[in-house]
Amino acid sequence: MEMKRKLPKIKDMTSEEFKNNDYLLRMVDKLNRDGAGIILGTLDELINWGRSNSLWSLTFGTSCCAIEFMALGAARYDMARFGFVVTRNSPRQADMIMVLGTITYRMAPVLKRLYDQMAEPKYVVAVGGCTISGGPFRKSYHVVNGIDNIVPVDVYIPGCPPRPEAFFYGMMQLQRKVKTERFLGGRNRKEKTNETDEKKEA
Amino acid sequence: MVFDPDDFIVNIGPQHPSTHGVLRMRTSLDGETVKKIDPILGYIHRGIEKMNESLTYPQTLALTDRLDYLSAHQSRHALCMCIEKAAGIEISERAQYIRTIMDELQRIDSHLLFYSCLAMDMGALTPFFYGFREREMILDIFEETTGGRLIQNYNVIGGVQADLHPDFVRKVKDFIVHLRGIIHEYHDIFTDSVIARTRLKQIGLLSREDAISLGTTGGTGLASGWANDVRKHHPYAAYDKVDFKKIVYPHGDSFDRYMVRMDEIMESCHIIEQLIDNIPEGEFKVKTRPIIKLPEGVFTASVEASRGEFGVFLISKGDKFPYRLHYRSTGLPLVHAMDTVCRGGKIADLIAIGGTLDFVIPDIDR
Repeated sequence: MEMKRKLPKIKDMTSEEFKNNDYLLRMVDKLNRDGAGIILGTLDELINWGRSNSLWSLTFGTSCCAIEFMALGAARYDMARFGFVVTRNSPRQADMIMVLGTITYRMAPVLKRLYDQMAEPKYVVAVGGCTISGGPFRKSYHVVNGIDNIVPVDVYIPGCPPRPEAFFYGMMQLQRKVKTERFLGGRNRKEKTNETDEKKEA
Repeated sequence: MVFDPDDFIVNIGPQHPSTHGVLRMRTSLDGETVKKIDPILGYIHRGIEKMNESLTYPQTLALTDRLDYLSAHQSRHALCMCIEKAAGIEISERAQYIRTIMDELQRIDSHLLFYSCLAMDMGALTPFFYGFREREMILDIFEETTGGRLIQNYNVIGGVQADLHPDFVRKVKDFIVHLRGIIHEYHDIFTDSVIARTRLKQIGLLSREDAISLGTTGGTGLASGWANDVRKHHPYAAYDKVDFKKIVYPHGDSFDRYMVRMDEIMESCHIIEQLIDNIPEGEFKVKTRPIIKLPEGVFTASVEASRGEFGVFLISKGDKFPYRLHYRSTGLPLVHAMDTVCRGGKIADLIAIGGTLDFVIPDIDR
């Protein structure tokens, strides 16, 4: 008996608001093409809805951007509205790490260690020019030129420091990314459909 | 050998939200009593001074804002003053007034953040929202004129980057009226609270002699009875035209350090009120040569930044690059004072003392 499949519908995903991130669109496309089981698909949707709306960040402020992040926590730009309710001081309780500020060669091992201490699934947001490429200190002898040399980065938020609106844009991109993930299984079926796709193409 | 082999040593930092950055303090304990603190620096050393040696003078300005981001205006003001003094550039009266007003607004901004952070370090959350409520109003004023919220890049060699926004004067006046009307809330909720007083009074004593020998300028020195205001002793910009009183507290404990900053907020308001109505007309920026070369020699300048004296020491060999550009950071003496202040105290007070000393780590490591 063939199982009935439904195409997963992903909420809050209007692409007009989020341009220039084709790779997320490709991920959604792939998900839709592969299809998903009713039970697992619905469960996935539910889990991802919950996960994406309660991302707890590790406070890892090394310089200027950390002050803007504090402004985000205050009443005017209240980030709790988007589900970033609290920040955690221990890496073991955090879902994501927002790297706020320059990472120097001396700090790099500490960042790597904190990242390793976090529980899966974990995400990294690189905030500010310094973390993305070294920023104004790119030519310095003691600054890591981009933290993607040390840890895998999910979202980049450019700026020096970024405006709170830019923070929100980046954090919502991360939520969007979380929503496209498949939490339960799906791997075997995906391979099968890939094969059939290839056969069709051939 | 910093510690005895049988000392019990606790590492605080470098990733700790209450150290205001990435400071690491090796603390040796005897029960709950702090025996010694060994601050370890360098976790945010970006080599700014070395980078400056290969940057032209207008380019070096950009990095001063990233030193102490809570006194971005003042640090940049110091470097501009130093270069203008060396190159013999006379800046207009209007630019002087604008710089002074901006410096004082930045000081209020910094002290409001100090209040928020101190309360948060001690476990109170409401004052954090109070402090940021008023701080956002200052940031709005900054943003209108300079285009930046936290890092403004406003001062340039020969004046300021852009003229004041037409709404600037009105907004600043409104803000001062608002702040004077609302500051009692700050004192009601935190200063007058029994918990805050018990945790701050007679804790973390720093004597006047120690303050002078350690060089803890700014609020920390003022709280220990050391009158050390650069604005008073070597007036720069428009500070010789205004009347303001020295704030000196006698005890040198955490509470006095806190009160100095709260009083400085009101004093800054007083300074701005004297200047805001009579900003002279004129150019906001004088024309400078496209390539600025300084004559050979050693030049210095210092300003009163939000948390002490910020100094610039410049050696020029007649080139368009500085031969050496050294900054006297405001935070390094404060971190150095941690050992003296905390020794003999309880470890539970360490974070509160660090909060009242109010250091900014990227300024220390540069």
